[in-house]
Amino acid sequence: MRSVLAHRWLAVDEYSNYPQEAVDLGTKLSGYEPNIEAISGYTPDLVIASYDPGSLVQQLGELGVPVYLADAVTTIDAAYEQIENIGLLTGHAQEATDLTAQMKAQIDEAVAGVTLPAEPLSYYHELDNTLYSVTSNTFIGSVYSLFGLRNIADNVEAGNDYPQLSAEVIVSADPDLIFLADTKCCGESKATVSARDGWGSLKAVANGNIVELDDDIPSRWGPRIVDFVIAIRDAIAALLVNS
Amino acid sequence: MTSARGGSRLWLWVVSSAVILLVSCVLGLMIGPAGPQWWRIPLELLDRIPFVNIDSGIAARDWTIVWQIRAPRVVLAAIVGATLSLSGASFQGVFRNPLVDPYLLGVAAGAGLGATLVFALGGSRPTDWLIDPLPLVSFGGGMAAVFFTYMVGTSFGKTRSNISLVLAGVAVTSLATAIQTFVLQRNNDVVRQVYAWILGRLSSATWGDVRLVLPYVVVSTVVLLMHRRLLDVLRVGDDEALALGTNIRRVRLIVVLAATLGTASVVAVSGLIGFVGIIVPHAVRLIVGASYRKVLPLSVLLGGAFLVLVDIPSRVLSDPAEIPIGVVTAFFGAPFFLLLLRTRETSS
Repeated sequence: MRSVLAHRWLAVDEYSNYPQEAVDLGTKLSGYEPNIEAISGYTPDLVIASYDPGSLVQQLGELGVPVYLADAVTTIDAAYEQIENIGLLTGHAQEATDLTAQMKAQIDEAVAGVTLPAEPLSYYHELDNTLYSVTSNTFIGSVYSLFGLRNIADNVEAGNDYPQLSAEVIVSADPDLIFLADTKCCGESKATVSARDGWGSLKAVANGNIVELDDDIPSRWGPRIVDFVIAIRDAIAALLVNS
Repeated sequence: MTSARGGSRLWLWVVSSAVILLVSCVLGLMIGPAGPQWWRIPLELLDRIPFVNIDSGIAARDWTIVWQIRAPRVVLAAIVGATLSLSGASFQGVFRNPLVDPYLLGVAAGAGLGATLVFALGGSRPTDWLIDPLPLVSFGGGMAAVFFTYMVGTSFGKTRSNISLVLAGVAVTSLATAIQTFVLQRNNDVVRQVYAWILGRLSSATWGDVRLVLPYVVVSTVVLLMHRRLLDVLRVGDDEALALGTNIRRVRLIVVLAATLGTASVVAVSGLIGFVGIIVPHAVRLIVGASYRKVLPLSVLLGGAFLVLVDIPSRVLSDPAEIPIGVVTAFFGAPFFLLLLRTRETSS
């Protein structure tokens, strides 16, 4: 949840740790159970939230504070739209349009930068060390789809888009690439994954195609999507060079 | 019925239960969402017996899945099921209450608080530590909670009544749960990890987990089984047991300590798996009667078999995803228990 005044940040919640200016504000508003009084204490002109945990919109509305709900997106295009909307609401419409245009160009360039093999490469994206993952229906999955990668979690029942995968299934699927989005939360790394019982025989482990991501980047649909796309491109390029 | 006949009947039950456990484990090894065809696995197991040579046709990768991933899970399920059932039966004996479960004196809440603290302080990163802090701290939390309960519960002087002990357990559980909730509320980002732990987790079982819990579980099991006759004496009531020369206070202390040791160690590696500690001893009682000489050993064997069997649907039903074991345990256990209860009612 972010509160802004024209081009001035007033406060962020405890989980908003990017960019550094947000951390420097030093505000510790609760992200999961927002305190309406604490937020209104900053007298913001606008509040941006990623979801309404109850009556946030209604209560802030009664206090005359508008809320922009930037719901979790499932496509990159929806993320562009939110960035442009926020630009419009904060009086930075042109900068926002420039930013999304730049992101599009960088992502297109990254995707065009690798020649994909005829047989699609498979991948496993790890959310934590109890093997929770994502399907292609999620925002994270949609980014991998840019490269035509095949997600090994895609066979779960409809609606279960953040499934806990069975270790047997992962070893049996033997993905070409493993992406770790649990390096910060759970300290996972190439070394810890390689040391797991039964994982040593995996192609991705044997060939070193394990990518250590910053947990925050894949799951947040801001301008850093570009970093995520570039990480995927680099991983594919490294795999193709070594094969 | 003479004691000799009773003894041979008991052995018959023990042997049949051991066979059920063995068959459950083989089934557990055979069925999974990946790996070789199920019928090849018994062949491969036979092939591993010295002087037996059978070509099972299992590829190395498939055998890795069976032996490195599925087997430790099956073994851990058997250990956890056996320990929770035995501890549950022992607690029921000591407190003479069939509704008691092994978590009565606060071991689950203490362990849960320990696990929550580890997740909240970022300690689920084993690489930062010499050893993985999660089992260690949750084990410590569970033991500490019960120790605290025991100290408070027995300090009121009425050592012959165990009501104060149970009430102290309720208080300690509430306190630990309140602290856990507070910590969790301050660290919302670890909610999923804590939630997964509370629902029980066998999915990440390794041979390391098995080695970790085995010594504690063996000590707990041996001590509890040695007390099975004394639990029968307690069944008649405190005054009568005293008249028969039983040191009630000592028996109670030892049984509670041993059951807590077992429970805390399995909870440390598998999270909270409810229901097993109540349903299995009950099912055993419905089949062989209330004597703890039978209930305790059969709870070990059938408790192990039960958890191994219910872990199979948790692995395959939503393949390639997992269903938390705690959910499956209750989902399959409750109807089975009602059926057993009904059959028993009808036949008597």
